[in-house]
Amino acid sequence: MAAADAPAFADDDRPRSIVVRVSPADRIFRGVLRGAGIAVLVMTAGILVFLALQSVPAFKAVGLRFFTTSTWFISTNQFGIAAILPLGVLIALIALIIAIPVGLAAALFISEYAPPRLRRTLIAMIDLMAATPSIIVALFGLYFLTPRILGVEAWLAHHLGFIPVFRFTMSNFAGNYVGSTFIAGVVVSFLVIPIIAALSRQVFSQAPQGEREAAYALGSTRWGMIRTVVLPYGRAGMIGASMLGLGRALGETIAVSFILTPVFALSFHVLQAGGNSPTFMIASHILEAGPKEISALMAAGLALFVMTLLVNTVAAIIINRSRSGASASAD
Amino acid sequence: MLQQESRPAAPSAPLPAAEPRVLLRRFTPEGVATVAGAAAGAVGLVWVLYERVLPFSGALGFWLSWYAVFLALYAAMAALQWDKREVGHRVTTVAFVTGGVLALVIVLGQAFYTLLRGFPAVRHLSFFLQTMSFTGPDSALTGGGVLHAMIGTAEQIGLATLFSVPLAVAAALFLAEVGGLLARPVRIIVEAMTALPDVIAGLFIYALFILTLGMHKSGLAAALALTVTMLPIITRASEVVLRLVPGTLREASYALGSSQWRTVWNVVLPTARSGLTTAVVLGMARGIGETAPVLIVSGATKELNLNPLQGPQVSLPLFIWNYAHIEAVTSNYVARGFGAGFVLVLVVLVLFTIARRLGGKAPGELSRRQRRRLARERARA
Repeated sequence: MAAADAPAFADDDRPRSIVVRVSPADRIFRGVLRGAGIAVLVMTAGILVFLALQSVPAFKAVGLRFFTTSTWFISTNQFGIAAILPLGVLIALIALIIAIPVGLAAALFISEYAPPRLRRTLIAMIDLMAATPSIIVALFGLYFLTPRILGVEAWLAHHLGFIPVFRFTMSNFAGNYVGSTFIAGVVVSFLVIPIIAALSRQVFSQAPQGEREAAYALGSTRWGMIRTVVLPYGRAGMIGASMLGLGRALGETIAVSFILTPVFALSFHVLQAGGNSPTFMIASHILEAGPKEISALMAAGLALFVMTLLVNTVAAIIINRSRSGASASAD
Repeated sequence: MLQQESRPAAPSAPLPAAEPRVLLRRFTPEGVATVAGAAAGAVGLVWVLYERVLPFSGALGFWLSWYAVFLALYAAMAALQWDKREVGHRVTTVAFVTGGVLALVIVLGQAFYTLLRGFPAVRHLSFFLQTMSFTGPDSALTGGGVLHAMIGTAEQIGLATLFSVPLAVAAALFLAEVGGLLARPVRIIVEAMTALPDVIAGLFIYALFILTLGMHKSGLAAALALTVTMLPIITRASEVVLRLVPGTLREASYALGSSQWRTVWNVVLPTARSGLTTAVVLGMARGIGETAPVLIVSGATKELNLNPLQGPQVSLPLFIWNYAHIEAVTSNYVARGFGAGFVLVLVVLVLFTIARRLGGKAPGELSRRQRRRLARERARA
C-alpha cells in the first residue's frame, strides 16, 4: 500500500533477509539430537558391517556357491542357502495369503462397520495382537493348532492334490503332515494380521468424509462407498502394510522354529512334513555351532537382513508417502 | 435412497402410497432371518457332504467348509430377495465382520489357551519362589519354578529400557523438532527397522560383543540385543506423539523469548508426557516377549543369577523355549513352559493396560489428581 503512494521507497520494498542466530546452547542441543538420529543409521550400518565381517570365512570357503548349494554339510564345504531361503520365502507367502484378506477385512470392519462404542476396544485388541509375544503364538500353534489342522491338510492333499503345491508324495500317515510349511505359514499369519490390520485401518480412517458422504448422496450402498472411496484412497497404505507384513513374516523365528521339521531340499509340497528358513537355521544351530558354521549362519543372517531391509524400506517409503499426502490429495 | 417424512401430515392431501418407508434400522427381521437360514442350511449341507460325500476329519475342517458353504448360500438367498447392489453390500458386510471376529478370536484364543494350560503349574506358590536347580524332568509340579527367569526378565528389560529410552526419545525429538534433510532417511530406516527380524538383533550382538570384543554370554548382552529391537519401536511411537503437540504451544514459548531446547524441555516434553510413557511401555511389552535375540546371547542356566554382567541368565521367553520346545521331554516340563507363558501373558497384559490408560489422554490433558493440585495451588496464590 505504501509503495503505491510513495514510489521513492519502492527500492527499499525488498524482502528482508532473515538471519537466524542460534544460541550456543541450542546448537549443542540440536547436535545431540542429530547425533541420536545418526546413531539409528549407524546401528543399521553396523549390523550390515558386522554380519558381513563375520561371514567372510564362510564365503572364503565356498564362494558364490553359497547361493546355489541346497545342502548344509559344514565339514565338507557343501553348504548354502539355495533351499533354505526359498523355503523361508514360501512360509512368508503362505502367511501373506492368509493375513492380507483377514487383516484388510478386520481393518475395514473396525473403520467402517463397527459401532463407534466398540471401535476403541477393537483397536486395542488389534494392538494387543501385535504385542502378543511370538513365543505365545508359537505355543498356541504347536500345542493347540497343529493337532487340529492335520485333518485340513489331509483333506487338501486328497481332494486338491492335483494342484502341484498340494501334492502329497509321502505315505498317508498323520506324522507326515506335522511340521509342514503350511502349518508354519498359518501360525506366522497370526503375527502378520495385526500389522496389516493396524496400518491399513489408520489409512482407511483418514479417507475424506466429504467424499464418503458424496458417495452416499449418489445412492451408493456402504460397500459401494468403500469400493469407490475408501479402497482407492487407501491403496498405497494397503500395499505398504502388506509389504511390512512380508518383512515381518520373512524374519519370524520362534513360531517357525517351534513348528518346522528341518529339510534341506527345495520342495514346494507345502503340506508335507519338513520346511526350513534362515531364521530357523540360525535359532536351531548357533548354540552348538563351531566357528565355520557360525560364519555360515552369519552369512545366512546377512542374506536375510539385506532382503528384509530392502522389503521394509520400500514399504516404509510407500507408507510415508501415503501419510504425508493424506491431507493434501484425495486420489 | 433415504427418504424422510418431515412434512406434517395434512389431512386433506393423502400421502402417496407408492413409495414404501425406508427403515433406518440396521437389523431387519428379513436380514436376520436370511443370515440364520443360511447358517442353518450350511450346517446341514456341510454335515451331509463332510460326513458322507467327502471324507474329512477334524472340527476345524468342518467349520472352514461350513463358512464357505454359508457364504455361498447367503449370497444365493440374498439374490432371491434383493437387487444386485444390495446383495454385494450384504455379502461383503458378512465377510468383513468375519475378518474382525476372526482376528478377535485369534488374539483372545492365544491368551486364554496359554492361561488355561499354564494354570496347573502356577497354582503352586513354589512356582514363583524357586528355581529349576533341583528339578528334573519327572519332578512333580509342586516344586521348581521360574524365579530365576522372572528376575532375569526384570533385569534385562530394565537395562534395555535404560539404554533405549534416552536414545529413542532423542531420535524422535530429532525427527519431530529439528528435521532437515537427514530426517527423511532416518524416519524411513526407523520404520523399516521396526520389522527387523528379531533373530538378527541377537546375531548382531553376538558378532559384535562375543566374537569381536571377546565378552561372554550374559544378561547384559541380552539387554543390548533387546535394546536393538526396542529402539526403533519406541522411536516411531514417540515421534507420532511428539507430532501431536500443538504448534501454538511451541510458538507461545518462542514468543516469550525462550530458546529451542528450553521450549522442548519445558513445553514439548511435559505436554507429551503421557504419550511418551505409552510409547515406552509399549516398547517394553514388545521387548519382554522377544525370544530370538536373547536365545543367542544370554546362555542357558537353571540357577538364579542376580548379576547381569556375568554368567548366563535366562528370561521368561527363553524358559518357555527351553521347556516347551527344546527339552519338551515330559508333560511336566511342558506344563512348566506353559506356566512361564502364563506369567508372560499376564505381564504383557498389565503393561498393555497401563499403556492404554495413559494413551487415552490427549497431549496436555490433565488427570483428575493433577487438576486438583492445580486448583489447590491457585487457591493458595
